Amino acid sequence: MVDRELHALCVTELASAVAGGEVSAVEVTRAYLERIERFNPALNAYLHVDAQGALAAAAAVDRARAQGDAPGPLAGVPLALKDNLCTRGLPTTCGSRILQNYVPPYDADVVERLRAAGAVLLGKLNMDEFAMGSSNENSAFGPVHNPWDLSRAPGGSSGGAAAVTAARLSVAALGSDTGGSVRQPAGFCGVTAIKPTYGRVSRYGLVAFASSLDQVGPIARNVRDAARLLAVIAGHDPRDATSAQSPVEAYEDECSRELSGLRVGVLVDAIAGCEPSTRQAIESALSRLQALGCEPVTVSLPHAEHAIAVYYIVATAEASSNLARFDGMRYGLRVRGEDLRDTYRKSRSAGFGREVKRRIMLGTYALSAGYYDAFYLKAQRVRTLIVRDFERAFERCDLLLMPTSPGPAFKLGEVKDPLSMYKQDIFTLPASLAGVPALSMPCGLTDGRLPIGLQLVGPHFTEARLVRVASALEQALGVATSAPDPGPGARA
Amino acid sequence: MSAFEAVIGLEVHAQLLSASKLFCGCSTRFGAEPNTHVCPVCLALPGSLPVPNRVAVELATRAALALGCQVHARSIFARKNYFYPDLPKGYQISQYEQPLSEHGRLEIDVDGAPRTVGIRRLHMEEDAAKNLHGAAGGTRTLVDFNRGGVPLMEIVSEPDLRRSAEAEEYLKRLREIVMAVGANDGNLEEGSFRCDANVSIRPVGSSVLGTRTELKNINSFRFVRKAIDYEIARQQAVVSAGGTIVQETRTWSEVQGKTLPMRSKEDAMDYRYFPDPDLPPIEIDPAEIEALRRALPELPVAKRARWQGELGLTAADASVLSAHPAVAELLERTVAALTALPGKLEPAKAGKRAANFIQAEVLRHVRLEGLSASIPISAAGLGELLSLIENGEISGKIAKEVVADMIATGREPREIIGQRGLSQVSDASLIEQAARAVIRDNPGNVTAYRSGKQALLGWFVGQVMKATSGRANPQLVNELLRKLLSEEA
Repeated sequence: MVDRELHALCVTELASAVAGGEVSAVEVTRAYLERIERFNPALNAYLHVDAQGALAAAAAVDRARAQGDAPGPLAGVPLALKDNLCTRGLPTTCGSRILQNYVPPYDADVVERLRAAGAVLLGKLNMDEFAMGSSNENSAFGPVHNPWDLSRAPGGSSGGAAAVTAARLSVAALGSDTGGSVRQPAGFCGVTAIKPTYGRVSRYGLVAFASSLDQVGPIARNVRDAARLLAVIAGHDPRDATSAQSPVEAYEDECSRELSGLRVGVLVDAIAGCEPSTRQAIESALSRLQALGCEPVTVSLPHAEHAIAVYYIVATAEASSNLARFDGMRYGLRVRGEDLRDTYRKSRSAGFGREVKRRIMLGTYALSAGYYDAFYLKAQRVRTLIVRDFERAFERCDLLLMPTSPGPAFKLGEVKDPLSMYKQDIFTLPASLAGVPALSMPCGLTDGRLPIGLQLVGPHFTEARLVRVASALEQALGVATSAPDPGPGARA
Repeated sequence: MSAFEAVIGLEVHAQLLSASKLFCGCSTRFGAEPNTHVCPVCLALPGSLPVPNRVAVELATRAALALGCQVHARSIFARKNYFYPDLPKGYQISQYEQPLSEHGRLEIDVDGAPRTVGIRRLHMEEDAAKNLHGAAGGTRTLVDFNRGGVPLMEIVSEPDLRRSAEAEEYLKRLREIVMAVGANDGNLEEGSFRCDANVSIRPVGSSVLGTRTELKNINSFRFVRKAIDYEIARQQAVVSAGGTIVQETRTWSEVQGKTLPMRSKEDAMDYRYFPDPDLPPIEIDPAEIEALRRALPELPVAKRARWQGELGLTAADASVLSAHPAVAELLERTVAALTALPGKLEPAKAGKRAANFIQAEVLRHVRLEGLSASIPISAAGLGELLSLIENGEISGKIAKEVVADMIATGREPREIIGQRGLSQVSDASLIEQAARAVIRDNPGNVTAYRSGKQALLGWFVGQVMKATSGRANPQLVNELLRKLLSEEA
């Protein structure tokens, strides 16, 4: 028997406990379903709970163990998925009314991989509509509440994934990151997230927001868990033409290894612009890294100041085209109009929320005849300059250290102006535009007991290096990653 | 003489003959039950992604090389954005700024006036699905996605054509080339080879392009000519009456014999082309391009020249027999068989014999369906049959019977001749016996012949042939009859 509460066990602990027969997958799954029933109303993090499917998957894991089959790396581990990952037979809404009743006929590549590794999928998680947002307030199904303070935003767009991981309503979760959408909510909720190198994880079955930026990434309670999840979901997929061929490394083996000699690049200006608590936490993390044998190096990304402008042109341009398929013809919401054009207009007007419409319009404009060169093409050129900035920076250091966000979680409803909201992504956008991997982990709490996120960014395909540094830092910092349980039936 | 000349450019959409669609594994087969060749990718379900079909890329590259195009080592798929129910993604994946190939040319020859027509570009794109209006007898429109995502190449000519006859000739030459390289089946009926025409007029001698109209729904060579001729006349009438041409898309109405306005430039959409971020650039190694170039088959125009030179074919014979790759191959292999058989007929003779015989006796039995052809006779059998005629073992007349039998039963010519006793009689004594009997039984005609009605010789020959079941050597019959009829004078 396990001497701790089941929901206190992390991915690697649970997988061992199930494999060793100390606990059954069904017991674990029941424990999580109970917690979801009890605490989800306060968080609004799950959009769909698949109790039946989860228990059946758990029973299958227990049967396989009884037959002596070798357990997968996630055997019996309950996990949850952001609701833009396609799941066969389970609703996949993308947090949008336009897909409210949509049920995909196929599993995303990452979902197939999780199932094959023995994971038990609990359900689908709330998110900003079509992954567009930094607060989860853009969900058509209401915002997620931050488990550390229910009046605050969990971050976005993978707010549900970060919240359930922090609140232990799932052992870990998969989110997606286009401009910071796993990292920023992980920072707000005090958990760890990895945005892999572009192409490292298949996008097949991830409902597209901005195709040249989207990556699926794990959100977990600790670095080792995130590393194990990444190892399961990474790898080449012939169904995604942008999927990378390079071999998947043993990320978990990087945990608890020596750091000496690594050069850590620091962006001085970036740290200076943060809230004091964030600045202090980042500076103290840097001292820890120095104590562990790392050498700090001052670097700069001269074009990073344009990242927000570039991102909101490139991402919206791609989104305006990617979201054209939601036309009310084959699936999703259809509002009948007087003729074809009217049906398109009514369906899309009723189906999409304000922020999605804003971005579709921005992107349509950026691609329009007469504006393409000035906006889209210029943005692509500046994007190339940002890629070069990273290349130059990585000539002088092995990885970059920076905040995940300028400050901790803000209050729901606090950030009203879209531009101020876009500025939340200032530290996460550059890595997205460059396609390089980035890891966000908790590095402290504010006086008001809100988590502070730290970000490590490396060159392409250096996820192993990021895991190594993050794991050592995690041990050195000893930060709590579990949010308090919300009061029974609590509502912000 | 008209004060105007027409300027015509053609855009051809030709289906690439790959077994699967351009970006997914679904079948491209025509004529299946609606929505049976579909998957998450070609239905544009959320989360699905396109993966390019390398076979389609190779076929398009072959066609581009055959048209003398420069094939780019790196080309880019772009999205053409517009809303329509037959376009499930809300955009068509096509090529825009960096197409697969550019700067080709095609030689045409109308009434002995050879010309070179420039090919601006040849690029790849996916076909749209098919809207079925009034399906199931109602007023609803249903969509069949079987065709959606089928690979096409779009071949855009320069505005180098001046007459409808040239346009038709261009299309015929283009069609036979894409068929010869195995890239397209040339099937206009099933829509796997479709054409739009851009037509404008200008004063003779001007080098400025006039305002053009785009003609659609001209999916037969005949319609192309009629629609272009109509449109040139219409534009001339408008301009002559002091009017101006409106840039618009017009559709050919075969019923009315007119082009009718479809949409004007004001309705023209901004397609917001941009590189498709789901698809990395298509890269083709220059060495691979060279290998594909070297592997190209002989093209129809070269084939015809060679046939006229080496095989003694007329231009007309060469044109008919080179129109389909399978027929061309039948001719070549028949000639090869014929020249290899005992008697070793020289190529010029063998070619002429094979060409005549195939056109007279075989072509009507050949069923062509796209690039595939069912030819109910083997080149080896045909070569052997022709050599039997050549060696005097059977007559040309008997050969017709034999070939009909070969086509019906698939048997070898010698077997048919042996079993049915069809071999030619060259034994002079047997023929003489038959000839004497004919002379004996027809004294009236004999008298008439002898009194100067020489034309009756043919009648006597016919009677002898009939008496020998057509097996007598006609030359011998002729000689003997002439001799016998004059002898007894």
